[in-house]
Amino acid sequence: MKLTSLTLAASLIGGAALAGEVAPKEVAYNEDGAIEASLTGVAGDAANGALIVGNKSKGNCVACHEITALADVPFHGEVGPMLDGAGERWSEAELRGLIANAKMTFEGTVMPAFYKVDGFIRPGDAYTGKAGQEPLPPILTAQEIEDVVAFLATLKE
Amino acid sequence: MKFKAMTAIAALVAAPLSAVADPDDDTLVVNEEIEMVTKAAAPDHLSDTLDEVMSGWHFRSDETQSLQMDDFDNPAMVFVDQALEKWEEVEGAAGKSCASCHDDVEESMKGVRAVYPKWNDEKEAVYTMAMQINDCRETGMQAEKWKYTGGNMAAMEALISVQSRGMPVNVAIDGPAEAAWEMGKELYYTRTGQLELSCANCHEDNYGNMIRADHLSQGQINGFPTYRLKNAKINTVHARFKGCVRDTRAETYSPGSDEFVALELYVASRGNGLSVEGPSVRN
Ligand code: HEC
Ligand code: HEC
Repeated sequence: MKLTSLTLAASLIGGAALAGEVAPKEVAYNEDGAIEASLTGVAGDAANGALIVGNKSKGNCVACHEITALADVPFHGEVGPMLDGAGERWSEAELRGLIANAKMTFEGTVMPAFYKVDGFIRPGDAYTGKAGQEPLPPILTAQEIEDVVAFLATLKE
Repeated sequence: MKFKAMTAIAALVAAPLSAVADPDDDTLVVNEEIEMVTKAAAPDHLSDTLDEVMSGWHFRSDETQSLQMDDFDNPAMVFVDQALEKWEEVEGAAGKSCASCHDDVEESMKGVRAVYPKWNDEKEAVYTMAMQINDCRETGMQAEKWKYTGGNMAAMEALISVQSRGMPVNVAIDGPAEAAWEMGKELYYTRTGQLELSCANCHEDNYGNMIRADHLSQGQINGFPTYRLKNAKINTVHARFKGCVRDTRAETYSPGSDEFVALELYVASRGNGLSVEGPSVRN
């Protein structure tokens, strides 16, 4: 009994998807790096998406991007382009692809992939500096990605 | 009235959320005496990537910068004094202190920091200052090794570094050191961890940019060891490397490992021409 729940927990941590979710390794990127279908089938929650984008231990997107709509969150970075108007520049499918794995859109970009679980060099256990076992948990869950997409889609100039 | 409030809001919204982040043009003179070269033409091996190399000092706030301009204000100097006591202290079965072999630290250690890490002929390996210090302790003094990134080690490195302040960093990268240097270079450009970031992604491609609240520098080590206001102690090069690799969500290398020794040699060589500044002050 205990053993099965442990195994289940382990497989969840390993990045396996919940029922109805597209697992990280099953994501279909089109040739431009976009993901057409929702990862969960559940509409994204833009308000929660905004929290994830600003939260240091979640997306922490503001570490690299400035976003005027999140002006109340302190310290926005300059490593990536300002995201105002991102909802006009990109379709939802493109935004989904950019967050899940931006390297499919921009080859070699410094932007991390938020829905990728293996193929890393010296994968670690989050920010502990210790070794991590691949597949790692993705940095954001499928639904969190949908939430972030919903938030970015509201960014119009 | 209403109009005014709206303009004020507009101005607030339009204000940049990130600080102006170019490295500044201040000059660093320590104790009104030691003139530091904090910007220099990039060494030849970097000519394809950088024009100029810059000390991390330029990327810190005026307040933090000023702490390094006078030894009375530099919080690292307390530890340098402690290390001076260690220098004289007899320890270990051989009944010796550092001074037994090296006499006056001001004489014997002048210029040493500027050329480390360097090839050690006898050991047939690239040696960091920490490795040399521990070799002296074990072989010369028959005393216990110090922890690679520990307080005693950091303080002793600071004391030795002080004797070279203002001298140009000049580590050798050819001859027998070349293999380690190549390995260090490879590591510098390897994108590690779940964030898939290399040293170069942050310190070559993005120096001058803010990453959240941090102003990215070139990640130079001419100022090491460095006193950090954040943890209120002196920090070694390998402890800093470890923190940066950890921040890529990677498994770090160990302080003193072949990888970090090679990386230190390579990173040091990116600062050839800058002044030895250690112990510097950072946030
Ligand atoms: C380590 C830095 C970094 C982080 C963290 C980061 N990005 Fe990016 N992002 C970039 C860079 C750099 C680009 C530009 C692509 C390129 O040319 O490499 C980019 C591009 C983008 C774009 C397209 C830019 C445009 O012109 O509209 C979007 C949208 C985006 N990022 C969203 C996000 C979101 C959402 C997150 C967090 C979940 C995030 N980024 C986290 C660095 C980052
Ligand atoms: C995700 C971004 C990032 C990566 C990757 C990164 N660093 Fe850093 N590093 C920082 C930040 C932020 C600081 C603090 C501000 C500064 O001095 O740049 C820093 C500081 C440093 C410093 C201190 C500089 C000084 O003047 O005190 C050194 C040395 C350094 N890094 C070396 C490295 C090396 C070597 C690597 C690769 C193994 C590396 N860093 C990878 C973000 C990074």
